Order: sequence, then C-alpha cells, then structure tokens
Amino acid sequence: MKYIVEFLLIIVLVLPSLSHADNIAEGKSLTFDRKKGNCLACHMIDDGELAGNNGPPLLAMKARFPDREVLFQQIWDPTESNPYSFMPPFGKHGALTRTEINKIMDYLYTL
Amino acid sequence: MFRKILAVVLLLPALSVLASPEKDFDKFVSYFKDRFPNTPYQDYKNGVYSIDASAREQWEAMEEFPPYELNVDRGEELFNKPFKNGNTYGSCFENGGVGIRQNYPYFDTDRNKVITLEGALNDCRVKNGEKPLSYFKGKELAHVSAYMAYTSRGNVFNVQIPNTEGALNAYEDGKRLYFTKKGQLNFSCADCHVYQTGTKLRADIPSPAIGHPTHFPVYRSGMGRLVTLHERFAGCLNRIRAKSFKGGSDELNNLEFFTTFMSNGLEVNGPGSRK
Repeated sequence: MKYIVEFLLIIVLVLPSLSHADNIAEGKSLTFDRKKGNCLACHMIDDGELAGNNGPPLLAMKARFPDREVLFQQIWDPTESNPYSFMPPFGKHGALTRTEINKIMDYLYTL
Repeated sequence: MFRKILAVVLLLPALSVLASPEKDFDKFVSYFKDRFPNTPYQDYKNGVYSIDASAREQWEAMEEFPPYELNVDRGEELFNKPFKNGNTYGSCFENGGVGIRQNYPYFDTDRNKVITLEGALNDCRVKNGEKPLSYFKGKELAHVSAYMAYTSRGNVFNVQIPNTEGALNAYEDGKRLYFTKKGQLNFSCADCHVYQTGTKLRADIPSPAIGHPTHFPVYRSGMGRLVTLHERFAGCLNRIRAKSFKGGSDELNNLEFFTTFMSNGLEVNGPGSRK
C-alpha cells in the first residue's frame, strides 16, 4: 500500500512538469516552424538560424512581459494596441490556435 | 467677394485631390532619400540590389552571363511570328513595338481603364482573331514582354495620369491596394516595401518600393523561368495568405499603374534576373 501511495505521489508530482517540458519543446517547434509562428522571420531567438531583425530579439521575456495575458494579447492580435503593427494577428486571423499560442508562450518564457 | 472666397474654399480640396499623385511621388522619393541616403535615385531600378551591396556582387556576377538571354531570343521569335491572319504583334504598336516598354502602363481615357503592355499584347491578339494568353507560368506573354523590354532598355518611364476622374480613380485604387493590409498575415505591400525595406525577413531583405516594375518580366533562377509583374503580385498576395487577383484584372492593372508612376524617371532595364 505504502508503495502504491508513493508511486501515485511521484506520478502526480512529475507528470505536470513532464507535460510542461513537452509544451516547451512543442512551443519551440511551433515558434520556428515556417508554416506556423515563423517567428524567426522577424525575431532573433535562442539558437534559431537565419533570423530576421525587424522585430526585437526575444530575450528576457519574463522581465519584459511579467503579465502572461499581455504577451498572449500581443500574439493573438497586436493590431489591438497598434493598428499599424507589422506583426500578424496570429490568433485573430486563425494562423495559430489558443493552445498553440500558449505552448509558444511556455517556450518564450524560458528565454 | 463672399462668393469668390466660397468658390476658392470649395475648390481647394478638389485641387488638392487632383494634385495628389505628384505630391505622393515627392513624398515617396523624399522618404526613400532619408531611408537610404547612399542610394542614387537612378539606382532604384535595380530593386533590392540598390540597397544590399553583398547580394549585388553575386547578382552582377550572374548578369555577366544573363540567364534570360535565351528567353529574349525566344521572345523575339514569337514577336515576329505571324498570327493566322498574317499580322504580327508589331502591327498593333507604335514603332512596330520596338523600344516602347516605357510607355506602359497608360490610362486609356476612351476605354476608361489602365492598359499594361501585357494587356495591350492580349488586345492585339484578340483583334487579330487569336486567343488572349495567360500572365502565368512564364509562357509566350512573358517572353514577348521580355523581348519588348529588352528593346527598350535605357528608355525612361514617364507614366502620365490624365486629369480625369477615371484616371485618378484608377491611381487611387492602385494606391489603396498598395497600402491596405490583406490576408491572414495582415501585410500590405507598403508594410514590407516601404516601412520595413532594408530590414531582414529571415535571410531576405524586402526591396524598396521605388523601381519595382522597371525590370519586369524577371527571370527567377529559383523557378528557372520568366515571371510577369502580375504573376509576381499574385505570388506576393499568395505568400501573405490573401486571395489573389487574376492577371490583367483591373485591381492588378491599377496596382501596376501606381507602382510604375512611383518609378517615373527610372530606366527600363527588363528583363531582370532574380534568385
């Protein structure tokens, strides 16, 4: 019985972090994928190759976007805060789903 | 007196509308002068190579053995090949169609529409009992256009916008399309080619807005064939995930009218070569 409890406890404790790690890996591939985020087109990111430079480098994201909702909104529809924004409204125009944006953010917050 | 003042006040906005293409042109040129102080105006005919020195070197090396040479020869053959009725393309154009690329596009006040070179070639075919040709896939239309551009190299674009409602509307329509955000990615032509020109999108530098039409059709090495200006417009729209317009449509004709007006004073240097 004791072992079973310990086993369950380990699963409960480890699983979320495992799935979080999965989200980060998946988020990174969504971020780099040319048919998805294609964020490298404009932003320098991590070890991404051939990065563009007309958007700011994606660094220190926790410090720059302490409020997760603000970052979400920026990816969902940047024209909300600046109608002339060069950045596509990924969520509003259906280029990325809410879940995909959240995975991308999980990755961005590791930078 | 009051009447006179009223007339002036009422006329002013109308006058400023009429004067706007020239004003737009001056604004455009001065914007690019500030943005790229080292690029002489005449050099914008070279597109992105006018602002990217390292890519220019490779391009100039490529131009030593122009990849479009065979296409120009083929274009000349097609240009001189008689239609079923015995006429040739040359019969429809001033000076037999030689050295006239710079006169297109123009606004035809009788037909109340913009006429591009490719459009005039298709009109010529229809007039002579032939079917109009596609603007896509680098076939006959692109070849004949490339040959006609080649015979016009060095001639200077001087697109006129007649002072008529139709012509100004066509210009405004082209300008609106140029500056309107479109497609799933929400880009306007101006987003990349005015505001972000000179920056990097992945490894590519978006070319400056001035000088785009001077070197069309272009031979694209990546595709291994000629591409007309309208196919290039459609390709851009496709890349921003927008619904495109047909080759020779009023939308693309008017867009060509606007962008060529913004390239007035530059030399014809088509066909160009691009990666």
